[in-house]
Amino acid sequence: MIRFDSVSKVYPKQTRPALRDVSLEVEKGEFVFLVGSSGSGKSTFLRLVLREERCSQGQVHVLGKDLARISNWKVPQMRRQLGTVFQDFRLLPNKTVAENVAFAQEVIGKSKGEIRKSVPQVLDLVGLGGKEDRRPGELSGGEQQRVAIARAFVNRPKLLIADEPTGNLDPQTSVGIMKLLDRINRTGTTVVMATHDQNIVDQMRKRVIELEGGRLVRDQARGVYGYQH
Amino acid sequence: MRAQFVLSEIGVGLRRNLTMTFAVVVSVALSLALFGGSLLMSDQVTTMKGYWYDKVNVSIFLCNKSDAESDPNCAKGAVTDDQKSQIKSDLSKMSVVEKVVYESQDEAYKHYKEQFGDSPLASSLTPDQMQESYRIKLKDPEKYQVIATAFDGRDGVQSVQDQKGILDNLFGLLNGMNWAARAVMALMLVVALMLIVNTVRVSAFSRRRETGIMRLVGASGFYIQAPFIMEAAVAGLIGGTVACGFLVVARYFIIDHGLDLSHKLNLINFIGWDAVLTKLPLILATSLLMPALAAFFALRKYLKV
Repeated sequence: MIRFDSVSKVYPKQTRPALRDVSLEVEKGEFVFLVGSSGSGKSTFLRLVLREERCSQGQVHVLGKDLARISNWKVPQMRRQLGTVFQDFRLLPNKTVAENVAFAQEVIGKSKGEIRKSVPQVLDLVGLGGKEDRRPGELSGGEQQRVAIARAFVNRPKLLIADEPTGNLDPQTSVGIMKLLDRINRTGTTVVMATHDQNIVDQMRKRVIELEGGRLVRDQARGVYGYQH
Repeated sequence: MRAQFVLSEIGVGLRRNLTMTFAVVVSVALSLALFGGSLLMSDQVTTMKGYWYDKVNVSIFLCNKSDAESDPNCAKGAVTDDQKSQIKSDLSKMSVVEKVVYESQDEAYKHYKEQFGDSPLASSLTPDQMQESYRIKLKDPEKYQVIATAFDGRDGVQSVQDQKGILDNLFGLLNGMNWAARAVMALMLVVALMLIVNTVRVSAFSRRRETGIMRLVGASGFYIQAPFIMEAAVAGLIGGTVACGFLVVARYFIIDHGLDLSHKLNLINFIGWDAVLTKLPLILATSLLMPALAAFFALRKYLKV
């Protein structure tokens, strides 16, 4: 799914690299936590996977493709096979829940019939059945994040990238979101989730990748957050 | 790509940015109206130059039968073949002359018809009312006086005309106006382009949330950019239409009505409607493509895909 071969990333006008010589592999169907303090390189890692940035050294493979070899105009095609969820939900405030989810299908040219079929389906999956016509402003944070997850999942991506999806939510709501991500993972979708949330990582007992100062310092199957070495 | 989706995005964008859109429309309209005006002015100059203007410097007009009755210069009657061959051999001996062309009455009639077409004056004319002439190209156009002293007043010669002298002042004025129009046009064009770039930028900024999400879910670059580009193109096209309106109204009021130059200056052959109408597609195409291109390049900078 994802393979990093001694990847480094230096942003222009900065001397300190955001990632240094990171090598790792994420297999199909895995659930991976990406942990580390702010500035450790988590976001850079995800930006490289989404090809919002190109790496300075090494190779990044996502879904079996070398991202350095994908031309700019083919990047959208690649992104359609990924789902993304963010801390700030990134919903369109003037569209309803159903429209927000449908947007992900409209922009890639799915037919109206397909959209009508898949949107209620995915809204049921995330537990928002019956709230299709609400607007994001009328929903709680947890519900908004469910909308975002529905949008990320509606095109059935092989890989779901979540950047601190529970960062704005209270612990109880976070548990609900994690259950949902776990369920999505069980359908065969690989999930990579960057997080600061110690409780979640400790409870889930999934693979943990820890970054510190741009270096990979830990890669542990069934790990916990606070492991020190 | 769903047309309805794109169209609604364009509408939203144009309305959100109403003042800016208005500014784009006005500046595009003004610059293209000036552009069209300058093209028409060139056409007007070409129309007025006639067949010989760019080819010769001096014309010696010979007396015809009607001149013999009315023109004091031709009191001794119409030009004879002897007089003609005398003029011709004198001209060929003069060192300032580069080339001499003889224009018969029939040719003069033909050229006149070409220039004035179906004006009322031209339709009442017959070939034998035209004058024969020698059209002379000089090695040095300033040496007009040499020809004038040699042939003015000679039997059979009605007049010697320095072709450029008559029209050059007028053309100089028209040319000056033309350049002024072009300068203002260039300035307005720059203003229009900067306004378009800025409008697109503001538009892209105010919709960065939408475009960010579109990027996220894998919308193609074209799909994301199309609404912005078409927004600029639509605003430009409105401006272009206004510019076309300007030109048509200007032609109508300056030449046909209002100022009514076609009657006040009935010796001048004015450009017709066809000259105006053939410029309109060019103006509309420019008004559509120029803002679209400007938007395209502005987006490359401000809307990273």
